[in-house]
Amino acid sequence: MTTISAAEPSRRDFLLVATASVAAVGAAATLVPLIGQMNPDASTIAAGAPVDVDLAPIAEGQIVKVFWRSQPIFIFHRSKNDIALAQQVDWQSLRDPAPDSARVKSGHEQWLVVIGICTHLGCIPLAHQGNYDGWFCPCHGSQYDSSGRIRQGPAPLNLPLPPYQFLSSTTIRIGETAPGNA
Amino acid sequence: MNARRSIILTVTFAAVLAAPAPRAAFAQEQEVLPPQQHWSFAGPFGLYDQAQLQRGFQVYREVCATCHSLKLIAFRNLADPGGPGFTEAQAAAVAAEYKVTDGPNDQGEMFQRPGRLADHFPPPFPNDQAARAALGGGLPPDMSDLAKARGVERGFPWFIFDAFTQYQEDGPDYIHAILSGYTEPPPGFTLPPGAQYNKYFPGHAIAMPKPLNDGQVEYTDGTPTTVDQYGRDVAAFLMWAAEPTLDARKRLGFQVFAFLIVLTGLLYFSKKRVWHALHHPETA
Amino acid sequence: MSGHSIYKPQSPFMQWLERRLPIASLVYSSFVAYPTPRNLNYWWTFGGILTFMLGVQIVTGIVLAMHYTPHVDYAFNSVESIMRDVNYGWLLRYLHANGASFFFVAVYIHMARSMYYGSYKEPREVLWILGVILFLLMVVTGFMGYVLPWGQMSFWAATVITNLFSALPWVGDPIVTWLWGGYAVGNPTLNRFYSLHYLLPFVIAGVVVLHVWALHMVGQNNPTGVEPKTEKDTVAFTPYATAKDAFLIGVFCIVYAWFVFYIPNYLGHSDNYIMANPGQTPTHIVPEWYYLPFYAILRAIPNKLLGVIALGGSIVVLAFLPWLDTSRVRSANYRPLFRQFLFIFFAVVIGLGYLGSQPPEGGYVIAARILTAYYFIFLIVILPLLRLVEKTKPLPNSISESVLRHAVSTAPPSGAKA
Repeated sequence: MTTISAAEPSRRDFLLVATASVAAVGAAATLVPLIGQMNPDASTIAAGAPVDVDLAPIAEGQIVKVFWRSQPIFIFHRSKNDIALAQQVDWQSLRDPAPDSARVKSGHEQWLVVIGICTHLGCIPLAHQGNYDGWFCPCHGSQYDSSGRIRQGPAPLNLPLPPYQFLSSTTIRIGETAPGNA
Repeated sequence: MNARRSIILTVTFAAVLAAPAPRAAFAQEQEVLPPQQHWSFAGPFGLYDQAQLQRGFQVYREVCATCHSLKLIAFRNLADPGGPGFTEAQAAAVAAEYKVTDGPNDQGEMFQRPGRLADHFPPPFPNDQAARAALGGGLPPDMSDLAKARGVERGFPWFIFDAFTQYQEDGPDYIHAILSGYTEPPPGFTLPPGAQYNKYFPGHAIAMPKPLNDGQVEYTDGTPTTVDQYGRDVAAFLMWAAEPTLDARKRLGFQVFAFLIVLTGLLYFSKKRVWHALHHPETA
Repeated sequence: MSGHSIYKPQSPFMQWLERRLPIASLVYSSFVAYPTPRNLNYWWTFGGILTFMLGVQIVTGIVLAMHYTPHVDYAFNSVESIMRDVNYGWLLRYLHANGASFFFVAVYIHMARSMYYGSYKEPREVLWILGVILFLLMVVTGFMGYVLPWGQMSFWAATVITNLFSALPWVGDPIVTWLWGGYAVGNPTLNRFYSLHYLLPFVIAGVVVLHVWALHMVGQNNPTGVEPKTEKDTVAFTPYATAKDAFLIGVFCIVYAWFVFYIPNYLGHSDNYIMANPGQTPTHIVPEWYYLPFYAILRAIPNKLLGVIALGGSIVVLAFLPWLDTSRVRSANYRPLFRQFLFIFFAVVIGLGYLGSQPPEGGYVIAARILTAYYFIFLIVILPLLRLVEKTKPLPNSISESVLRHAVSTAPPSGAKA
């Protein structure tokens, strides 16, 4: 009898360790739905599908605001003057260097499409204001130019570019880049 | 042991006490229970039959959607896993065939536009009052949850067995029965004006005119085009509409069950191990 | 209870903490070293199961609350959105809805255990009364929770149950209007039920703390009803009771999973998948199964006010059990006459449950009246009298003795005993 009790502790330990491990796996598995349920649900993801915008009604010089994924998107129909101002800037000396050509689609330089959220702390900048022919953010004074680049004020980065593509010369789809494009 | 026997006696006694069911007193009750049908999604391993869901959707679109809304289903659901199995492009094409109200536009007006994946099926009538006005007072219920909203009281002892056989298909059984249940009223039965006789509808006087006839909907896969078949297919589709996550639920259920059986087995042997020395002091 | 170990912090951090907030030693003395009668059977695991289910309901409830909208125009569709769109929403909803049923399964077994073994008797009267309070809190919480999906049964159950208060003379109608926040069950009612449904489980958790505290003051009862006399009568809670609790929780979860994954709507009512319609009452208003016995009692009494009093009384009378049953012998194992009447009582409650689900017509009404009469006669008349007429069986001298006696009678005939 006593010889068995010497072997028993290791059998008991293995069983208890196995039980505790399986229980731990189960506990971890229950976390999956509890944490996963906070991720965007199917209807939210569906509502975030790309939106098509008709550019024809937008007059030259006009900036319109549409929403995609609950974010404001500025669409700026730039005049020749706006484009020239944007292209003449010494972009390499900017806080967030970017040439104007990298921020528009080639062949469609008159259309600037940017996400209208100030990269400082998230306010929506005001169009056609500020000293740089672009936007002025009233919260803390950031100013963006006609290419949406940060020129003055506390914001660290240019207005971000959403993914978008031209479906025709007068329609863009915001939320989807054309296949093969950067 | 004594305790176990007493428990069995208690439950039997309770059953005897409560079972005498004077059913004759309830002449207006649902006497005719819908016959149980075979469903591909019944039982612990039952799943939806994709082809059946597609046929059922076709029946819904061509027949039922004239009057019945499906407000909780979005076009994108047609492409969801565990459903009729449309591709996203096909579902978008279905959506584009519908006109959805949107707006207000910059003029302040509501306008119609083609449906998109994110839209829900637009109802055939803008509101309940419009439906009643168009249909002579009757209100066709929305069908999104219909298969779960039409249960059938099967009484004792069936409700005991149903817990073990996992019978959850009383809704589709009922829907199929109603659709196949239009018959001539028995002699002496007075039908209220505007109603039709239906064998399985509670009270037997249903406001919905017979919606299905043989050959009404053309199936392209060779399935028989009978009222019985339409009833099965649309009932299966409506079950999916009410419970689109059934496939995922049963798959996860199997995994959870397997896990719990392993874990409970381990817990049982752990308990025995822990208690061994106490139960068997002679081995100490 | 000396002889059982005391917590001695090993690491410097634990020593530091122990001096400032002795929570580790509290947990140790309450749930690890705590002396537990060694002869507890599996009926004693349901306290642990109840704690587990309370945790499940709170966790699933909190995550469901992240997606639910408590407004009459949105409530039903928000629940449908949980079922269809929220990641794993269908699982969380079915866990919570079936969890309520299983919470009640566990509490009824727990109460039945206490009635059988006399766990309500001296010195455990306050423990029992706290339990009755917990049961009442569960009943109210469950009722308000069922209203939230705003289906047909939700709405009409709310209407019927809140209307019960109108039976009270003079104050009845003002109370009902106050409960409703309007002229009928409506949006104000739904909103306040949501607020209270979120609150009460935490009140339940607080009363559970009192319940366990009261338990630890007097110690567990056991199947013999004889209090532990020496150290040999008890074992440490961990690992002995913990191992049994864990196993039964596993078994309980298997049955729970059967319902959640395979028959998730079995215990519910199909009418609740129809959006609430204040203009149309369902043919048969039926509460969830766990309220059916009390519903049967309510309907059995033909007078409105007396029916309401009987309904309330059927739960309140339980609080008086320690004074209604004054027998010195605790456990029904040694009270054969009490045992028979008690089993009839359990059968009566199950029978009342069935009758509560049937329409109140014909033979069902007569049966309900007979069973209701037994319910109250058993508690108020039979129990006090039993003590005078019953012959109890002789009790074992101690727990150890009964355990040894059991071990001897069931051990295989082999060799010499220790």
